[in-house]
Amino acid sequence: MTITADKGMYAPKPGAAPLSRMITAQAALETRMLLRNGEQLLLTVIIPTLLLVLFSAVDIVDTGAGEAVDFVAPGILALAVMSTAFTGQAIGTGFERRYGVLKRLASSPLPRWGLMTAKTASVLVTEVLQVLLVTVIAFALGWSPHGNPLAVLLLLIVGTAAFSGLGLLMAGTLKAEATLAAANLVFLLLLVGGGVIVPLDKFPDAAQSALGLLPISALSDGLRDVLQHGAGMPWGDLGILAAWAVVGLAAAGKFFRWE
Amino acid sequence: MRSEPVLQVQALVKRYGDKTAVNGLDLVAGAGITAVLGPNGAGKTTTVETCEGYRRPDSGTVRVLGLDPVRQTRELHPRIGVMLQSGGVYSGARADEMLRHVARLHAHPLDVDALIERLGLGSCGRTSYRRLSGGQQQRLALAMAVVGRPELVFLDEPTAGLDPQARRATWDLVRDLKEDGVSVILTTHYMDEAEQLADDVAIIDGGRVIAQGSPEELCRGGAENTLRFTGRPGLDVGSLLKALPADCAAAELTPGSYRVAGKVDPQLLATVTSWCAQHGVMPDRISVERHTLEDVFLELTGKELRS
Repeated sequence: MTITADKGMYAPKPGAAPLSRMITAQAALETRMLLRNGEQLLLTVIIPTLLLVLFSAVDIVDTGAGEAVDFVAPGILALAVMSTAFTGQAIGTGFERRYGVLKRLASSPLPRWGLMTAKTASVLVTEVLQVLLVTVIAFALGWSPHGNPLAVLLLLIVGTAAFSGLGLLMAGTLKAEATLAAANLVFLLLLVGGGVIVPLDKFPDAAQSALGLLPISALSDGLRDVLQHGAGMPWGDLGILAAWAVVGLAAAGKFFRWE
Repeated sequence: MRSEPVLQVQALVKRYGDKTAVNGLDLVAGAGITAVLGPNGAGKTTTVETCEGYRRPDSGTVRVLGLDPVRQTRELHPRIGVMLQSGGVYSGARADEMLRHVARLHAHPLDVDALIERLGLGSCGRTSYRRLSGGQQQRLALAMAVVGRPELVFLDEPTAGLDPQARRATWDLVRDLKEDGVSVILTTHYMDEAEQLADDVAIIDGGRVIAQGSPEELCRGGAENTLRFTGRPGLDVGSLLKALPADCAAAELTPGSYRVAGKVDPQLLATVTSWCAQHGVMPDRISVERHTLEDVFLELTGKELRS
């Protein structure tokens, strides 16, 4: 450590990189961090894959008429979105906040909205990988999807916005450990009670109408309407998701603490 | 050297609930290295974090490189580098990966490999941040603060917990920064660090700057200095006192060991030695005890423990 510097090596030459380069670099780093994290992979890849294979191949839950995979695959797509946009993002961002990463980046040339854009891009890239994986496995299990791909895309995007808002709200207000516990608990509860693998009509009538308003129910129900039954644009479910997105993102914007 | 101050804080007030952390603080820092010292809870972190744009002043104005750190972040952030006291890195990221990332956010970054070599970070290899040693984490944070070639660098306790070699390496880098025209705001608890590095020292206590000046000025002013010498026992201290300026004190502490307290300058030293010559005294072991910055600090901020 006695290497001497070239004279003038540190001479100031400040400047921000072009915005597009900053955001791309940030999104690439966030995606690498996510894919490198074992617990995150468990949540985003392994659990959805296992559930897809298990519930499609073994008749555990009565999924109604037709192939089980036609019922299960849309639910797993919804679960994949939730695992990345909500659970993964909440836990990741919660610990970034705890360890001063958000604080350090806040004084870098990358503006805050640029950081949020990069986070969104990273979530979307991860979701594309998840959707590809789920689709390939589902096809191998004999899946025959119907409907308009545009409706599916719209549901996935609005669902991502809804879950991102809720995830960031949690990450920006609770302690990292509390976020870790709560995000996992919510993931589990919504997995069971949100129509992902257990049809909502298995629940009592009173519970059904309340559960139907959950973002995960709206997303899995909407995806199922289109992919299993070939329905047109599921406006009701999209409306529920959009409402969650507006409320969640607005609350996150208002209450998020950077450190 | 630029004449315009890098930091201008005027009448800064910052409260947390009913606790006033910073209470009408004024601070001007010029080019070069400015050390901000203060006991825990004195308000120095709040002051520095307000300059970094992390906190919004309740009242008063803060200008960094002439810019408002809350409103003009787009202009300011590329021109400053921040080293946090701890953290700031993804726990799963490798040192070189994080440093390269921060470099990518800047238009003309330093050569990352050279910086890694300079700070001995090459040995971190593929280890993730959470498994690095405390010293490696510190040096990475320092590297992240300078890699964007900023004009002004904020260093928060950059050598806390470092071994002596790493400490020297950090000091050398800070000196090189100054040499190359980068200004530094240095928060530290190590008085020798401030004495070694700083051109200007600001001591903060009770939410205000209570003293500011170069280390020499601070050590000279305020505290009295001491001159000691040994000679034969029983010299006429009264006659020595008469030869000295009026505000000086002289005493034989133990037989043959004498102390003169007062403003010790070359004139005083000459007075003492010529008095010795007149009295046929050989002043063995004559020494001037200069007050250290730590003496001054303790004198100004008190010796009782802070929270």
